Amino acid sequence: MSAVHAIETNQLRKVFGDYAAVKGLTLQVMQGEVFGFLGPNGAGKTTSMKMLLGLVAPTSGSGSLLGKTVGTRDVMSRVGFLPEHFRFQEWLTAGEFLLLNGQLLNMKKDDLKQRMDELLERVGLSDFRHKQLKTFSKGMLQRIGLAQALLNRPALVFLDEPTSGLDPVGRRLVRDVIHEIRKQGTSVFLNSHLLSEIEVTCDRVAFIRHGEVARVLDLSSLSTEQTDLTIRVHNFSAESLQGLSQWGRDVHMDGEFIHMVIPSDSVLPEITRYLVAQQAEVYSITPNRMSLEDIFIETVGKDGGL
Amino acid sequence: MNAIWTLARLTFREAMRRRIMLAGLLLGIAFLVIYSIGLHFIITQIRSVAVENMPSRSAANIVDVEGMNALLMAGLYAVTFLSIAMAALLGADTLAGEINSGTVQTIVTKPIRRADVVLGKWLGFAGLLGLYILLLAGGVVVSMFIQAGYTPDNVLSGLGLIYMESLLIMTITLMYSAAFSALATGGIVFGLYGLSFIGGWIEQIGAVLNNDTAVKIGIFTSLIIPSESLWRRAAFEMQTPLAGVFGASPFGAASVPSILMVVYAGLYLVVTLILAIRIFQKRDL
Repeated sequence: MSAVHAIETNQLRKVFGDYAAVKGLTLQVMQGEVFGFLGPNGAGKTTSMKMLLGLVAPTSGSGSLLGKTVGTRDVMSRVGFLPEHFRFQEWLTAGEFLLLNGQLLNMKKDDLKQRMDELLERVGLSDFRHKQLKTFSKGMLQRIGLAQALLNRPALVFLDEPTSGLDPVGRRLVRDVIHEIRKQGTSVFLNSHLLSEIEVTCDRVAFIRHGEVARVLDLSSLSTEQTDLTIRVHNFSAESLQGLSQWGRDVHMDGEFIHMVIPSDSVLPEITRYLVAQQAEVYSITPNRMSLEDIFIETVGKDGGL
Repeated sequence: MNAIWTLARLTFREAMRRRIMLAGLLLGIAFLVIYSIGLHFIITQIRSVAVENMPSRSAANIVDVEGMNALLMAGLYAVTFLSIAMAALLGADTLAGEINSGTVQTIVTKPIRRADVVLGKWLGFAGLLGLYILLLAGGVVVSMFIQAGYTPDNVLSGLGLIYMESLLIMTITLMYSAAFSALATGGIVFGLYGLSFIGGWIEQIGAVLNNDTAVKIGIFTSLIIPSESLWRRAAFEMQTPLAGVFGASPFGAASVPSILMVVYAGLYLVVTLILAIRIFQKRDL
């Protein structure tokens, strides 16, 4: 039986003492999708991820990776993981570090050697193969960590803040690598607080608030989803203004500007025809699509979910 | 098994490369050099003065053997202490430090069992301690043999027991390191060692004074932590029959721990290792 979901959880819960770090996490990640995990600090993102990886035992609830119960040994041979604040055996060289991880993954010698060459090249560290990790910058550590997470050609990769501490070049590299592995059919679970990063990388995103999924959003629909519309217009009556309500909400006029929220770009031609029919002098019609940041703040609240 | 071996080698190499072991070895070599030089002068003294003043040749022989044995036991006692310190230093930071830094996360999310991590570390440290004791204790024995031509009885089982004591301390350290911080672990282990040391002394003095209660207190502390009784068993194995009669000395055994105590220590070690695995398995990382 092939697993339908890369990740599936049902009411995963973690309580530390009398504090519920994760109240009840229920989500599905499809195979082959890049899934973003968003939420304010302290929303339980890291604890959730650790439960999925078997690092933290859930208090209750269940979860599976690639159709197998979380925390079981055999599924981990098909999973890759780049931890946050990435600290490693700094006394190892980059090459030794990859070798160690490949051996723990039970990879065959020849395959491991070939993968090490490929990945060192891909993350731009071929020249640093024999350098100890303690001489590496934060960005270089992140790169070698990414290489480590991809050694076993995983079917599912967890990346915890993969671009933190990276310069723009490094960030671009991470983004490109994610696109590449997605093309090869790898599912990616991306924990990040960089919304711009999530916006260009992910297929879907879950917003976490108080240790629960507050909302799941399909980012491909983001461009057509509700939009702030600004119209600059002269010679337009208050009565005519009411008529705009049929295409959207929150219609109001502010000097020569009409503001309203429309559900989708598709109503724009009809609005234009209406304005012209009302003899209005239209100077501009500007749809400002809601950014992920707007949606984030709308979802988790301005208080950051505290 | 594969993973255990990989992690054992990693542990071994880490101690080598991070110079913990190097520092230990250099100090150990310094100890051996000083011990050997001291030995040279003391042996010369014993042989030229004391032995010559003895009434008969056989009496001189007895003094010679007793003297060499006492000197050897003093050296091995120092080695035992150094190896215990090494065991505690190696073990204290290992799990605690890696949990704290997050290094352990990339390891345990591989397709391995958490038990493999503990067993791999245990095996790596066991190898290091074996090497360390072989060099130091072996150095003491060889130095004595070269300089005085003397080898004690049961030297292999004696050194084996010294090794076992260091393994016991290392295993206890590993267990606490799975639960607490490195600093707390170090504190607890040295506290326990102190307890066993004092308990051993109370038992020894009690035996010399024929005080049954004191001996019982000693045995009781040995049940809490049987490390010191392993040294005393090792001393008993290697010392001359006469030395036991002389009474308590830090380098010998007046009240001799039974073989049963050695078996108990072995079980204690195994149970501690199992507990270390259990604690690490249950721990959120």
